[in-house]
Amino acid sequence: MRAISIRTRRILKNRAFLALCLFSTSATILILALLIASIMVQGSHFLFNSDALSAVFAHGELSQLTKIIRWEFLTNFASRFPEKAGIYAAVIGSLWVCAICALLALPLGIGTAIYLEEFAPKNRWTALVDFNIRNLAGVPSIVYGILGLTAFTRMFGLFGTDKNSALSFGPDNAWWHIQLPFGQGLLAGGLTLMLVVLPIVIISSREALRAVPSSLRQASLAIGATPWQTASKITLPAAIPSILTGAILAMSRAMGEAAPLLVLGIPVFIANTPDNLNDNFTVLPFQIFNWAGRPQESFHQLAASAIVVLLIALICFNGVAVYLRQKLRNPLA
Amino acid sequence: MSAISAKAATSAVELARKGVTRSRSARDAWEFVIRGLLGGTALISIAITVGIISILLRETIAFIQLPEIELTDFLFGTTWSPLLGAEKHFGIWPLICGTFLVSIVAAMTAIPLGLITAIYMSEYATARKRAILKPIIEILAGVPTVVYGFFALLVITPALQGACNFLFGAPIFSGYNAGAAGIAVGIMILPIVASLSEDAMQSVPRSLREGAYALGSTKFDVSVKVVTPAALSGIMASCFLAITRAIGETMVVALAAGGLAHMTLNPADQVQTMTAYMVQIFLGDAPAFGVENLSSYAVAMVLFLVTLVLSIIGNILLNRYREVYE
Repeated sequence: MRAISIRTRRILKNRAFLALCLFSTSATILILALLIASIMVQGSHFLFNSDALSAVFAHGELSQLTKIIRWEFLTNFASRFPEKAGIYAAVIGSLWVCAICALLALPLGIGTAIYLEEFAPKNRWTALVDFNIRNLAGVPSIVYGILGLTAFTRMFGLFGTDKNSALSFGPDNAWWHIQLPFGQGLLAGGLTLMLVVLPIVIISSREALRAVPSSLRQASLAIGATPWQTASKITLPAAIPSILTGAILAMSRAMGEAAPLLVLGIPVFIANTPDNLNDNFTVLPFQIFNWAGRPQESFHQLAASAIVVLLIALICFNGVAVYLRQKLRNPLA
Repeated sequence: MSAISAKAATSAVELARKGVTRSRSARDAWEFVIRGLLGGTALISIAITVGIISILLRETIAFIQLPEIELTDFLFGTTWSPLLGAEKHFGIWPLICGTFLVSIVAAMTAIPLGLITAIYMSEYATARKRAILKPIIEILAGVPTVVYGFFALLVITPALQGACNFLFGAPIFSGYNAGAAGIAVGIMILPIVASLSEDAMQSVPRSLREGAYALGSTKFDVSVKVVTPAALSGIMASCFLAITRAIGETMVVALAAGGLAHMTLNPADQVQTMTAYMVQIFLGDAPAFGVENLSSYAVAMVLFLVTLVLSIIGNILLNRYREVYE
């Protein structure tokens, strides 16, 4: 009798634990659903035209279909008046700064990963670099903002101030016009975000390279290829799908990051898109932060609308990552 | 005729040989250049660390050397009032207290939920359920932090207030509070706990599980009494790394936790964290070299050291379990 009761108790315990598992897992899913639902509800006001919506769905006027979305939210600049406010400058700024960040962080990060995985001798020095990178990944992004502020925005005060620059290159109206220090310009923003995502790119690229079977490397070296030929023609192509996936995830991190750019002192209201690499810019997460921090209800709705746009952009990013992973899937890797 | 062709042939061979030698040395030189370039990129990560530490050190020392600042007051003081009042106080503890309050609430949200989710994914779920669950958790990890800030301020806080109103007849939670910010940060770090712990559980050898099942264990016994202890260092590492993220989290606390630095452990109160103070200073056009500006560097130094220590502990634990099972 006693043995049976212990057995039933254990089985019951197992069932209870499974129920707890299911409960907490569904709580996680529920939280995500609640998050998305609350943002959609708040954000719909400025994203959709209620007149056009009712015309299409209640009266079947398909000619109104393109007017469902309030395009002016995407094409207007930020404004004091919620009805006129839009996110054009923030979207363009985000795209610019992420492109610069990607151009800087990906070569540097993948290069570091190749060096550490394929070239570096396994000694204390390499172990130190590795340990350093792992800990850099844990440094708060706002601390990177401080590094960016000192090293890029002010350049240690070596070249005078932003307004009174000591050095500049290129004509004022060229897109590649650069002056030192970078001030709150695109280049300073891109470089600062590069600092934030570099450890992530390095770690994910290293894991991708490590997953390539070492027999491939050994075969390549055995027929007389040099280490670089092996890395560039054998290992890297085999690892590219996973490297790209990691890179895109790192870029979505960069796209959602506001804290380091806030430290640089980027403006909230800006009525033009950047013309050159030194021009001021703002980004979507910072715009959202600013709107969400205001007391008025309609600015909260604006923030929610901007979040919807940001999340859609990130979903597209991740969709591209999944697509690339499928398409480039290499039987070797 | 044949002599000429023989001569041509030898010269061709010679040329070819020269070509080979030249290309081989060129190849070696190219190899050397590439190795140097790649090694140079690896040095950048060291340069970043050196840059962070030297900038923070320089400004922190400048801060401490200001006549109105005393080091003992900064390190042990319990009043932080740099902007208000006639007399400014720079005692770091209220900011540390606020940071830890938010992080504790976050850990209390994320660790139980994340661990149980990890056990479920690793031990109970079928491959199909795992394939659905994993992307959902990855979505939570990919949501920008400012979105969690919005969620904390405009969904979690009203929900907490409503719940308290219903239960106790008063909202209790103030409009900005540590509790809502902590819960939002907890949701944010949940994926770190869940996925790192699950990795650790997956790398526990199958033989341990089989052995336990052979002795008549239930799934609960196997997952809680065998797999979890075996994966403990990995699980601990996930918790440390998650708390590191929580301490450094900025946008959520800047939006939802408030701006009043005081010593409290009440999650219904508003608090100011170290990161939120830095946001306050950098947003509000403080002069580039004033006391307030310099104080934010000193706070950043403390923040950097705290996160560094936690992340070093986390990474040492991670290495340990990798050594054991891989």
